[in-house]
Amino acid sequence: MEIKADTTVCIGAGMCALTVPKVFDQSEDEGTVVLLQDEPPQELEEAVRRAVTLCPSGAISVS
Amino acid sequence: MSELTLPTARQRPLDPPDEVTALRQQGAIHRMTYADGHQGWLVTGHAAARAVLASPHFSNRPEHMHPPIPSARMELATRPEKLRVPPGFFLRMDPPDHTRFRRLLTGQFTVRRMKMLEPRIEEITAACLDAMEAAGPPVDLVQEFALPIPSLVICELLGVPYEERAQFQADTKVLASLEAKAEEAIAALGGISSYLYGLVQRKRKEPGDDLLSGLIEGGELSDEELTGVGVLLLIAGHETTANMLGLGTYALLTNPDQLAAMRDDPSVVDNGVEELLRHLTIIHLGPMRTALEDVEIEGVTIGAGEAVTIHLPAANRDSARFADAERLDVTRPAGGHLTFGHGIHQCLGQQLARAEMRIAYPALLRRFPGLRLAVTPEEVPMRSDMSIYGVHRLPVTW
Repeated sequence: MEIKADTTVCIGAGMCALTVPKVFDQSEDEGTVVLLQDEPPQELEEAVRRAVTLCPSGAISVS
Repeated sequence: MSELTLPTARQRPLDPPDEVTALRQQGAIHRMTYADGHQGWLVTGHAAARAVLASPHFSNRPEHMHPPIPSARMELATRPEKLRVPPGFFLRMDPPDHTRFRRLLTGQFTVRRMKMLEPRIEEITAACLDAMEAAGPPVDLVQEFALPIPSLVICELLGVPYEERAQFQADTKVLASLEAKAEEAIAALGGISSYLYGLVQRKRKEPGDDLLSGLIEGGELSDEELTGVGVLLLIAGHETTANMLGLGTYALLTNPDQLAAMRDDPSVVDNGVEELLRHLTIIHLGPMRTALEDVEIEGVTIGAGEAVTIHLPAANRDSARFADAERLDVTRPAGGHLTFGHGIHQCLGQQLARAEMRIAYPALLRRFPGLRLAVTPEEVPMRSDMSIYGVHRLPVTW
């Protein structure tokens, strides 16, 4: 799984950082998504998919 | 003309109106007549609600709005020439204006920042519980617990002196009332705006270690814009978590098995908070949006200029999204509820609200294991007359 994050559409709601803190963080200044790893281990894939669904702005996607 | 007008009368205090539930079971999107005669829509399905709220083709600007119910307050909110919201009230903006303000604030409400606030929220919660214990039963849980915790927290975060709360708490209440007369709402918005404007002036001279001072120092916003941001955050910080804490406690007290799970099993609390958010959905009238062009949602064409009211309590009980959706079950997977909204306007303070509730509910239930209503459930006055649902008072004893 490869994750892509688009900080230009991110609104900093923090759902990704709340759901999978090992993979997503938020920047200090704007609160937008920061990818801690873009190829998560298999055991986190389900949680990452959940974070994609929960994201209100469509800023994160997986392929 | 559609015969449907928005049903608002509830048969049971914790459930949406039965007519709305019946509509949801028939379909996700319904033609609806608004209070001004406008032919718009009502959305009751979870997926359709998400689709509207995520779409860039819908506006949140007041000049496009129509009142879904006949309320002077609601009608006024759709007349920006009459109820002039201060610049900076970014909830009622579309991109790119909205983006500019939101970007200045998101860094202040991140998951990590809210984590750092937790010790202070715990202190405030403990102080409220101490005061309750000292006062002795019965107490009104709204006045002693549900309102002061979020109020103290948002005041400290923004840099609003809590001891001045008398100057704005009455105004926030009027602005949330569906029964307020037009002139009362105009006066309340004027009152809270001039209070915040004065506070911005004071902060310019004597900055503190708080959000408003930080925004002033950033230098990107005018005093009028800072006032609008302050008004929005102060209202949002007062009328939301306070009602979740009050109504959530009522829901737990009237569902003792759920209360026991929240009190006795710390691993249930985080999810239990999401379930209370889902089941209670205190945003019971809206949000509303207006199509800027023809948009197709689940096969229905919403025409340009047509208003959409998204019924969040119905969407959060959509059985296509949540199994056994009518039941309050603090152990169910409740993530994905729409109580904080969806799309670019999704609640800025949601991680703060979560932190407050995750601390406050278990602290209350563990301090007073014998907590119970001091009146019958039917005697608790519900906030059917307010734009945000909850309980007006919650007399409890222990």
